Amino acid sequence: MISATLVQVIVGGLLLGAVYALFSSGLTLIWGMMNVVNFAHGDFVMVAMYTAFMLWSLLGLGPEASVPVAALVLATIGILSYFLLVRHIMRGPMIAQILGTFGLALLLRYTVFGVAGANFLSLPDHLLGGVYEVFGIRLQASRLVAGVVALLVTAGLHLLLTRTTLGSRMLAVSEDATAAQLMGIRPDRMQAAAWGIAAGATGIAGALIATFFYISPTVGETLAIIAFVTVALGGFGSVPGALVAGLLIGLIESLSAYWIGAVWKDVVVYVLFVAVLWFRPQGLMGKS
Amino acid sequence: MKAAPARNAVWAVAVATALLAYPLIFSSPFQQRLGALVLLYAIAASAWNIVGGYAGQVSVGHVVFFGCGAYAALATYHHTGLPPIAGVPLGIAASVGIAALIGVPTLRLSGHYFSMATIAVAELARLVTTNTEFLGAAVGLSGPTVPRTVFDLSFISALPYYYLFLAVLALTLGLTWWMERSRIGYYLRAIRDSERAARSLGARAGRVKLYAFMLSAGLTSVAGALYALMFGFVDPESGLGILISVKMLIMAALGGAGLLFGPLVGAAILVPLEEISNSVLGGRGAGLTFVLYGAIIVLIARFRPDGILGLLRLRRRAEVPPKDKTDAP
Repeated sequence: MISATLVQVIVGGLLLGAVYALFSSGLTLIWGMMNVVNFAHGDFVMVAMYTAFMLWSLLGLGPEASVPVAALVLATIGILSYFLLVRHIMRGPMIAQILGTFGLALLLRYTVFGVAGANFLSLPDHLLGGVYEVFGIRLQASRLVAGVVALLVTAGLHLLLTRTTLGSRMLAVSEDATAAQLMGIRPDRMQAAAWGIAAGATGIAGALIATFFYISPTVGETLAIIAFVTVALGGFGSVPGALVAGLLIGLIESLSAYWIGAVWKDVVVYVLFVAVLWFRPQGLMGKS
Repeated sequence: MKAAPARNAVWAVAVATALLAYPLIFSSPFQQRLGALVLLYAIAASAWNIVGGYAGQVSVGHVVFFGCGAYAALATYHHTGLPPIAGVPLGIAASVGIAALIGVPTLRLSGHYFSMATIAVAELARLVTTNTEFLGAAVGLSGPTVPRTVFDLSFISALPYYYLFLAVLALTLGLTWWMERSRIGYYLRAIRDSERAARSLGARAGRVKLYAFMLSAGLTSVAGALYALMFGFVDPESGLGILISVKMLIMAALGGAGLLFGPLVGAAILVPLEEISNSVLGGRGAGLTFVLYGAIIVLIARFRPDGILGLLRLRRRAEVPPKDKTDAP
């Protein structure tokens, strides 16, 4: 017998999972295309969350404004990171690649810490309407909107990569940058575009998640690990993989919070990560 | 090039003498404590260097081993009443076990998986510890408040710690030096240059990297235990927080990752910097220090992945061949 509470937990988990899928898509896109893991990815989400918070606290604007603004802000940060840092380290030794983006993570995290302080912030609940009851399931409007928008944007991202000229060009660069260059595609531009798109998607995810999640300078660390698990589970480079894995992880988190207790939900996800690395490192949908 | 070993020996003797004499010359409590801290972080960073520098596998969650050492020492004291140092073997065993848990699956894959797994396991350890009463949960564990016997290694002055840490650092660097010269060291260099080539010549890359990781983990846990002895206290933030990992990594990278004395140089620069910024700026300084650390890490990665000693070595190499100068820079 499935109780209404359980259904509610499942629906809540899937909606959260959709947002996880969206910000993990950004990570997987960069990784699949350039074989670079952005260790600052979680902190990109964090910056987007603070952008949303500041738009609300300073200008009184809700998600309808903060989503596009955060997307723009983050796309800019992504493109700047590419030109100033990533382009130079991606062909360097492994230690430079990892230290570079990890240093960027610290820089973002502690700059925000210095400016905004360590306090946990949150946006008011009523920003996107209240709580609705559908078939006996209580749904928070902010989570519903976040989940649905995230699903749509993830699907859009997938279409962009598979159905447009820009997407094919980016794919060509990731397959063989030299050959792509001979065909008149500039690898530099395509990679910068990938960083812009990935970070922009992350910005949307951050502004969405900010409507119902706590906001703190260190939230990026937790979210980065969730993105790592999602990408590892979904198979690197695969947006559909990230979608399925993201939904699954949202579901697992919410069920473990319900059954075992809220403090253990992250523990379950991290253990899952280690298990994936042991037993299925290519991910659920990846090729070996 | 013939003069290089002799010159290295001269350097080693000079550094050793300076380290032995430091707390006698700079004998104020603050200076002695600073010296002890430099050595403590140099031990941890040198241990990180074995896997991060020599094996080229960037661990961003090395604090988990540091925490194993610190918690094993203080939990042993707390639950059995034995001196904290009795917990050191336990900490080493736990660290080596965790290293195998992370290393076995990930060291066969690209280096990114290893880095991601280390960060996740460190966070996992922090979360579990924060919620485990046996390990003091969020409050933490304390050591003996008053030394009962000398085996408690609880001193008021920093001087005994200084020499204890110096001995452990010598041991750590000795082991690193030995490893560098052993077959494992040759394999590691070959793997770092080209893993595919090394594999095809018969080096079992995954296994060699795993040995380096386990050695590194065991030594890091000793550093954690020493920290617990000196401070007599550990909680999830001071024993398992990500910032401890950051310190190990940045000290090794700044001094020169994959070079024997790199981490010591990094620690000698950054520990005083942090102590001074903390005493001048107070609580706000901590955040600022890590903004600075982030910036330093980005700059190292972007411009000089082999750190300060790497820069000096490069310059020396450029100087030596034409004129055969013997004075070191």
